[in-house]
Amino acid sequence: MKIVVDFDLCESNAICMQIAPDVFEVRDDDFLYVLNEHPDEGDRARMEECVQRCPKQAISLED
Amino acid sequence: MPRQSIHVVGASLAGIRAVEALRRRGFDGRIVLIGAESHLPYDRPPLSKQVLAGSWDTDRIHLTKPQTLDELAIDLRLGVRATGFDLESRTLSTSDGDEVVDGLLVTTGARCRTLPGAETIGGVHVLRDLDQALTLRAELEAGPRRVVVVGAGFIGAEVAATCRARELDVTMVEALPTPLGRVLGERMGEVCAEVHRRHGVDLRTNVGVDRVEAERGRVTSVVLTDGTEIDTDLVVVGIGVVPNTEWLEGSGLTIDNGVVCDATMLAGPGVTAAGDVARWPNHRFDEVMRVEHWDNAIEQGVHAAERLLTSDAEAQPFAPVPWFWSDQYDRKIQLAGRVRPGDEVEVVTGTLEDHRFAALYGREGKLVGVLGFNRPRHVMQYKTMIENGTSFADAIAAEV
Ligand SMILES: Cc1cc2nc3c(=O)[nH]c(=O)nc-3n(C[C@H](O)[C@H](O)[C@H](O)COP(=O)(O)OP(=O)(O)OC[C@H]3O[C@@H](n4cnc5c(N)ncnc54)[C@H](O)[C@@H]3O)c2cc1C
Ligand code: SF4
Repeated sequence: MKIVVDFDLCESNAICMQIAPDVFEVRDDDFLYVLNEHPDEGDRARMEECVQRCPKQAISLED
Repeated sequence: MPRQSIHVVGASLAGIRAVEALRRRGFDGRIVLIGAESHLPYDRPPLSKQVLAGSWDTDRIHLTKPQTLDELAIDLRLGVRATGFDLESRTLSTSDGDEVVDGLLVTTGARCRTLPGAETIGGVHVLRDLDQALTLRAELEAGPRRVVVVGAGFIGAEVAATCRARELDVTMVEALPTPLGRVLGERMGEVCAEVHRRHGVDLRTNVGVDRVEAERGRVTSVVLTDGTEIDTDLVVVGIGVVPNTEWLEGSGLTIDNGVVCDATMLAGPGVTAAGDVARWPNHRFDEVMRVEHWDNAIEQGVHAAERLLTSDAEAQPFAPVPWFWSDQYDRKIQLAGRVRPGDEVEVVTGTLEDHRFAALYGREGKLVGVLGFNRPRHVMQYKTMIENGTSFADAIAAEV
């Protein structure tokens, strides 16, 4: 599983960071950084929650 | 007996996320999703932003991919309206006929309040659905001589911002002394007013609309309660919404400014509600609330769906910290928590003058809200503190 963020859509509102701070981090420069592009397969449910809850539909998962 | 089938009425944000949650939880019974609009489920926030601005095509606002919709294996009935329900016999009436249902999830949302007497006048708009957004966009593209926005709430503010980006003249009329004063408090409302003025909006506060004048069926001016007449050919009314509950009158469910639910989102035996239409006691804030926010529709939709698969004994209360955002001009405004007039307010980062800050709201020694102007990360971190029951003093002192 690979995390893909469309940074043109992302508006750094950090919803994903609230759900998975070990994977997503919005820093002081107000940009989103993906800390782990390849979370374990066992983490899929949490990653799918990030995909759903992102208000900009900026996150997608690739196999 | 396990649930055989579930009918979800209202095919928008709460409804679609509920259906997805049912399948995720392994429910393999029949799911019927009924929606009055003929469009596939779409997302509303872009309607007052990218869609109205013309920067997004409407195919970007789908809430699910057609393929995902297929995988959900649901009976999707678009363009069908629910007209009644009877709790005792469990009969759901729709424009397609009557049917006895097992589980029922109500996600019929809300619609715009209209300006009494102006509903049929050409050039007077409200903005809630895609068709309304496209009609309004065409009007903006035609180049009106002035846009009058009635109501400085979030929708009105976003419409004003989008019109200014199109270099249209905008007059905004607000009955309260400050925009959003009741939601954000006077001081923060004043900051919102300042943002509009700085972007060239002619903002009139503390004054209402007396009437809309028309000629040959088309608006020509708006007359305010102080007698001022504003010459215009386009009016957008953003004065709040009313929950779509008429179809449930006399159903046996309690209807009072929304479908009244218990703390677990149960409205009656085997009936739950979610999204803009649902009213429930949120134990975290000791308040019965109806929340008109995007994120709430998702979370509550999931909760209400799972509730239909859970026994009363195992049911969990729904007690989130409400959160929403609004994009206006180049500002991203976010509010988390529940704010009341009279709460203490403390700016913890940035300055009000720069329109880039985070402000905390405190009540009875507790952190109850956070407002951010272009401070997304801060808002989310303070939101977590609200969830953890952090004291106001500790929140102010915290390094974020
Ligand atoms: C222009 C606009 C901009 C917004 N921007 C933001 C934002 O920036 N941030 C934010 O947090 N929130 C925003 N919101 C609010 C957010 O979109 C709503 O909270 C959300 O749409 C609520 O979802 P819902 O599914 O509960 O209801 P709705 O989206 O209102 O959907 C209800 C659906 O039920 C259907 N329906 C109604 N009655 C019946 C019936 N009798 N039978 C069958 N179907 C029926 C309706 O046609 C509709 O499709 C915005 C809303 C609008 C309109
Ligand atoms: S939730 Fe979406 S928009 Fe927000 S920071 Fe994460 S990817 Fe960006």
